[in-house]
Amino acid sequence: MAKKLLLEYDHVPGISTLDVYRRHGGYASLNKALKDLTPAQVLEEVKTSGLRGRGGAGFPTGMKWGFLARPEGVPRYLVCNADESEPGTFKDRYLMERIPHLLIEGMVLSSYALGANTSYIYIRGEYYYVARILERAIAEAYEAGLLGKNIFNSGFDHDCYVHVGAGAYICGEETALLESLEGKRGNPRIKPPFPAVAGLYGCPTVVNNVETIAAVVPIVRDGGAAYAGIGVGKSTGTKLISASGHINRPGVYEIELGVPVEEFIFSDLYCGGMRNGKKLKAVVAGGSSVPVLPADLILKTAAGEPRLMTYESLADGGFASGTMLGSGGFIVMDEDTSIVKNLWNFTRFYHHESCGQCSPCREGTGWMEKILHKILDGHGTLADVDLLWDIQSKIEGKTICPLGDAAAWPVASAIRHFRKEFEEYVTRPASIRDVKHYYRLHSMAEA
Amino acid sequence: MAKVTIDGVTAEVPDGTTILNAARMIGGDLVPPAMCYYTKLKTSGGYCRTCIVQVTKGSDKDPRPMPKPVASCRTTVMDGMEVKNITSPELLEARAGVVEFLLLNHPLDCPVCDQAGECDLQNLAYANGKAGTRYQFPRREFEKIDIGDKVQLHMTRCILCYRCVKVADQITDGRVHGVINRGDVSEISTYVANVIDNDFSGNVIDVCPVGALTDKTFRFKSRVWYTKPVDAHRHCTKCTGKVRLWYKGEDVLRVTGRKDHYGEVNDWICNECRFDKKKTADWTIEGPSHIDRGSVISANHYESLKALKATIERQKKALPHGNKVSLGHGALDPNNA
Ligand SMILES: Cc1cc2nc3c(=O)[nH]c(=O)nc-3n(C[C@H](O)[C@H](O)[C@H](O)COP(=O)(O)O)c2cc1C
Ligand code: SF4
Ligand code: SF4
Ligand code: FES
Repeated sequence: MAKKLLLEYDHVPGISTLDVYRRHGGYASLNKALKDLTPAQVLEEVKTSGLRGRGGAGFPTGMKWGFLARPEGVPRYLVCNADESEPGTFKDRYLMERIPHLLIEGMVLSSYALGANTSYIYIRGEYYYVARILERAIAEAYEAGLLGKNIFNSGFDHDCYVHVGAGAYICGEETALLESLEGKRGNPRIKPPFPAVAGLYGCPTVVNNVETIAAVVPIVRDGGAAYAGIGVGKSTGTKLISASGHINRPGVYEIELGVPVEEFIFSDLYCGGMRNGKKLKAVVAGGSSVPVLPADLILKTAAGEPRLMTYESLADGGFASGTMLGSGGFIVMDEDTSIVKNLWNFTRFYHHESCGQCSPCREGTGWMEKILHKILDGHGTLADVDLLWDIQSKIEGKTICPLGDAAAWPVASAIRHFRKEFEEYVTRPASIRDVKHYYRLHSMAEA
Repeated sequence: MAKVTIDGVTAEVPDGTTILNAARMIGGDLVPPAMCYYTKLKTSGGYCRTCIVQVTKGSDKDPRPMPKPVASCRTTVMDGMEVKNITSPELLEARAGVVEFLLLNHPLDCPVCDQAGECDLQNLAYANGKAGTRYQFPRREFEKIDIGDKVQLHMTRCILCYRCVKVADQITDGRVHGVINRGDVSEISTYVANVIDNDFSGNVIDVCPVGALTDKTFRFKSRVWYTKPVDAHRHCTKCTGKVRLWYKGEDVLRVTGRKDHYGEVNDWICNECRFDKKKTADWTIEGPSHIDRGSVISANHYESLKALKATIERQKKALPHGNKVSLGHGALDPNNA
């Protein structure tokens, strides 16, 4: 049985309450840190652990914390990114819903390392009920003296607030999140300055994903070295994967980084194989933004090595034949799936979610969506496929924030690996007159 | 001081200078076009992406090239930095892409737009764009909105450069003007139809690079190239009183700030000077204004016709079907501009 660090007790009844959580070792890490460790030592453990950001980019967390500016007399903030809006990603919701205290313990623990007396959990509007769960947990923690003044008699004070966003994907981008938290329109900021220097209210700020912050709890409990002992190479520890699509057992799985992709899809421990005995066609391995890969390339690298669930292995081959671990939104598609329709759906999402600040993303995402819609409508041409390719290349790398890239990559990878399917659609439009999908396409476009 | 090389031309510029401003100090063709940056407005720039350049060497200390093109208006030079603008074909292709995006939903009905002739987007398309459009879908449209009795907003023409928002933020008090909605349906708005009632609100007209914010007291009185700009001043208690008067015959049709080589005003002017002083007797005339950029005002009216002819030839060659220009592509046709 694989080692679990975050979801070990997720099925224990009442684990969302402080009582049960503490009976299962909850707040022991915080106690240990406040009693025995200096903030610098906690930071050192996180560095040793090799923990990398679980929000998508995989940036080493210890390094990020090390960059935090520490000018005298200026408050520092920790902000938890619980905006989780990327299609295919739902692991943070699961964690917060089940074990809210794990996040709160992580918040206090991380804040102690960073010297932050105030932290915020920015949660997407649609997770309103999860915000209620967190707020209940926070109230319990205050009552037990685990938040507020002089926690565990250590002299460390900490306040933690939940802020509910209004449901915009772009507010998951860390600087847009900070703008929104400040009460402004959620537009990404132009960097530099980076949040580590000028973040929330112009003060040094660390923004981390829910899962990243929660992982600090087992890191402090077991020590950074023990955490680093799990996984492969620079992909250390465990990772939550949101598995969805045409599999027998969709859900959230905690894996040790390094599990072979094939095992993840077909083992009964995880996805449990393909639904209805269908064949695997393609996988989007890290949330809707990352390149889609056909079955052969997701199971094995271009060099024929088995692909593993690690940052490095999934990225092997670059964008020509690889993808990214991203946020761990693992979307599996069977042989009956239309890549073009799936792409249209993703593209429609990015078009809808673009903040509109910079021209390539504002105009390009809508253009791509319209062309895909035209193709699905049976009016596409071969020139449209080339045009799509050209448009995505003119968005990628030319925008303020990575949403532009996130919109471009799915288009590029779908055409790169499934060009034949596009060509089939434009040369034999009859092949897409599948009534059910056709109807759905139109009703969605109108909505 | 920092040493920076742009398209092979090296200059020493003060620390903290942006690549765009360093290029402007050097001058000439290597200056990137800028549609949203505005020197006088803090935090402007970064939005439109027309000013992108390729940094081929980061600095002497860290010579690595930057992986992606950067917005030159928001990137500061480092000592030893090397930049490519017009010497990089890939960069020019990327910029042509940005221009295409900006024009994608733009109406391209320049012949009926009041800004034609002094429109930065028209000039940009003329210099950096491609003839024709690849967009096959209906363009987005908005209703015209009156912002107070002097300014009209036509979102259909807006390129979301955010300059007017920054004016409202930074030089008028109590901002009532911002952006609502998201993505390609974003709108400049005076929230809940508030009017901008402020002595300096008229400056949104001058900063708008396109015909989205226009002066209602001037709209459709004349094509701009039939008017004659003259610099003038008056004693004003609110602003410097240094303005540009636009004459047709003996009449002052409108008053604006004095724009420089890059289309940026030298001084903000107040609404009294702009809207209420339209008689020659109100002003001390300094003399004709120098208009020196590649705008059609200069091309058609003031400066050498030779340059204009050369440009027309160049555009003709760029067109796919010989020299026939259809009306729909007005922005690209100097005869319609
Ligand atoms: C458009 C966009 C949406 C994002 N959404 C999220 C999100 O919902 N949750 C998240 O943790 N990170 C999201 N990110 C990444 C954040 O900007 C940031 O990198 C992350 O919160 C850092 O935390 P980490 O280092 O712990 O991963 C998003 C980024 C972009 C560009
Ligand atoms: S890339 Fe898109 S979402 Fe990001 S700042 Fe630009 S317009 Fe906004
Ligand atoms: S109205 Fe004009 S100044 Fe304002 S954002 Fe649009 S184009 Fe820019
Ligand atoms: S002028 Fe630099 S991005 Fe617009």
